[in-house]
Amino acid sequence: MTAVTPAPPSAAGAPAPTDAAPPNRPGGRSRLPAAAGFACGAALLFAVAPLALSDFRLALLAKYLCVAMVAVGIGIAWGRGGLLTLGQGVFFGLGGYAMAMHLKLADAGPGGMPDFMQLYGQLDELPVWWRPFASPWFALPATVLLPMAVAFGLGSLVFRRRVRGAYFAILSQALAAAMVILLIGQQGTTGGTNGLTDIQGFFGYDLDDPVNQRMVYFIIAGVLLALLALARQLVHSRYGELLVAVRDSEERVRFLGYDPASVKLVAYVVAAGMAGLAGALFVPAVGIISPALIGIVPSIEFVIGVAVGGRATLLGPVLGAVAVAWARTALSERFPGTWTYLQGLLFVVVVAFLPGGLASLWALARRRGAERAEVSTS
Amino acid sequence: MNDDRPDGLSVRDVRVSFDGFTAVDGVSLEVPAGDIRFLIGPNGAGKTTVVDAITGLVRATGSVCFGDQELLGRPVHRISRLGVGRTFQTSTIFEELSVLQNLDIAAGARRGWASLARRRRGIPDDVAAALETIGLTGRADQLAGTLAHGQKQWLEIGMLLVQDARLLLLDEPVAGMSHEERDATGALLETVSRDRTVVVIEHDMDFLRRFARSVTVLHAGRVLSEGTVAQVQADPRVQEVYLGHPVETGSVPSGLEA
Repeated sequence: MTAVTPAPPSAAGAPAPTDAAPPNRPGGRSRLPAAAGFACGAALLFAVAPLALSDFRLALLAKYLCVAMVAVGIGIAWGRGGLLTLGQGVFFGLGGYAMAMHLKLADAGPGGMPDFMQLYGQLDELPVWWRPFASPWFALPATVLLPMAVAFGLGSLVFRRRVRGAYFAILSQALAAAMVILLIGQQGTTGGTNGLTDIQGFFGYDLDDPVNQRMVYFIIAGVLLALLALARQLVHSRYGELLVAVRDSEERVRFLGYDPASVKLVAYVVAAGMAGLAGALFVPAVGIISPALIGIVPSIEFVIGVAVGGRATLLGPVLGAVAVAWARTALSERFPGTWTYLQGLLFVVVVAFLPGGLASLWALARRRGAERAEVSTS
Repeated sequence: MNDDRPDGLSVRDVRVSFDGFTAVDGVSLEVPAGDIRFLIGPNGAGKTTVVDAITGLVRATGSVCFGDQELLGRPVHRISRLGVGRTFQTSTIFEELSVLQNLDIAAGARRGWASLARRRRGIPDDVAAALETIGLTGRADQLAGTLAHGQKQWLEIGMLLVQDARLLLLDEPVAGMSHEERDATGALLETVSRDRTVVVIEHDMDFLRRFARSVTVLHAGRVLSEGTVAQVQADPRVQEVYLGHPVETGSVPSGLEA
């Protein structure tokens, strides 16, 4: 073959010198920079941002951070697992609606009905499926568990039947469309196109009070950091390695004795749970959840943020999601109507020229730097 | 898993058809435990399809037993958990992961979910032993995609070892290898067959003569001949299939590669 002379297998069992293998370096990552990065992020979110930003901007940031939570999940499912989920809006919506239903019922008081039901529904009493949401002990876990359960059901069907690639993407998108149609069709009990609006209180705190809005921001920032820590653990665990293996060569993994369907299912369910939590926190931050916020277009926008940031990295999706959401607001303020085109352009540019997202620029710069250093020393 | 009794492979009257085309037409094989059986035959003879049938990749009728377990009708990953491992003609290692990660994943199918949630600490013993056997200890942290061709094939075999496969089905393991690499691979097969059963699909006649303990020749989906290397080479039907006419024994059949 070539000039490569490989060390032949020591078939006789003679122990070969093992000097080259550095022990205890799992994946070659150390913990210190991660901890430092985490501390930096916490300082930015908890100290710099609240001091530097006006209440209005901070509320916007809270909204972006919710989008970033969805992005963390997509980073796992798509970036690591190769599952292009174009329907995360469904899970975001399930979480959001579960939270909004509880808050609406809390606003209405014991035995009361949400205002919109009296307006369009002519209902005499609360629909049966609304009732459990009156209890925070049901509603809060439901914001996460409901999306996870739906993802589990759908994922079990789809992955076992080996639906993948574009077919999976289309299917997940169809689910988002179906959910929107369902919500709009059931106007009397879901609020229809308007969604659930005008949410006043959040567990006894008045959401109109800027102090309480700040508290909501801090909760969101804390949850995002926790999700990032969870994602990091997941990605660096054996499961994380297995997920990449399934993404790159599903058949081979099957021949190793794993069921790739279960491996993908876990990633999908985790991503759904994160999207659900994001939706739940979005509601107190913004005060509304509606079909327009969870349909096909927002679902695609979630993915665009992840693609722009760099789907296979841990922080890329978060930064990409925040950057895209921020750019959207900034540009819409100045040049209304241009954003849609710019967003499309951004997506095309990233997919065509920078498939690794902005995060790959960082890696590229480091490699360039290393090469330059090598050249200058030699 | 049990190591006290290596199991043999027993294939009985296996048939595989694709849309009316019969690729495997009633193949029966008995591979005793500890054998190194070579499956040879012209292109289209059904060698790979037999392996596909054994590992559950294609539907087949008949019976395939490994030890006392019937394999036909089980899903791929269940068959794998019964101790049946295979490689493919093209290398299917996880190129984006390191050598160590590749082996660790291969070892992991028997681990519980709890260990999956944790990070790997150090190198598990079985993985270390496999690294040693396949001679890649010094390259444990290298990305598998950057290995030389021969090393990738050894990594594949190493993955079967940590997977604790007791039946190894290797599809053209030495294709594209240098002479030294072939020798090393043959020695590796001999080591491995001490407590495992090995079935090799191979076109390389030189490699076959040196390392095969028994040979089965397939032709047009059927078993044409079976026996030791010498017996098979002496069989006039084999020579006819390979060269179109009977020839002296010992010459290397040509025109076998795709």
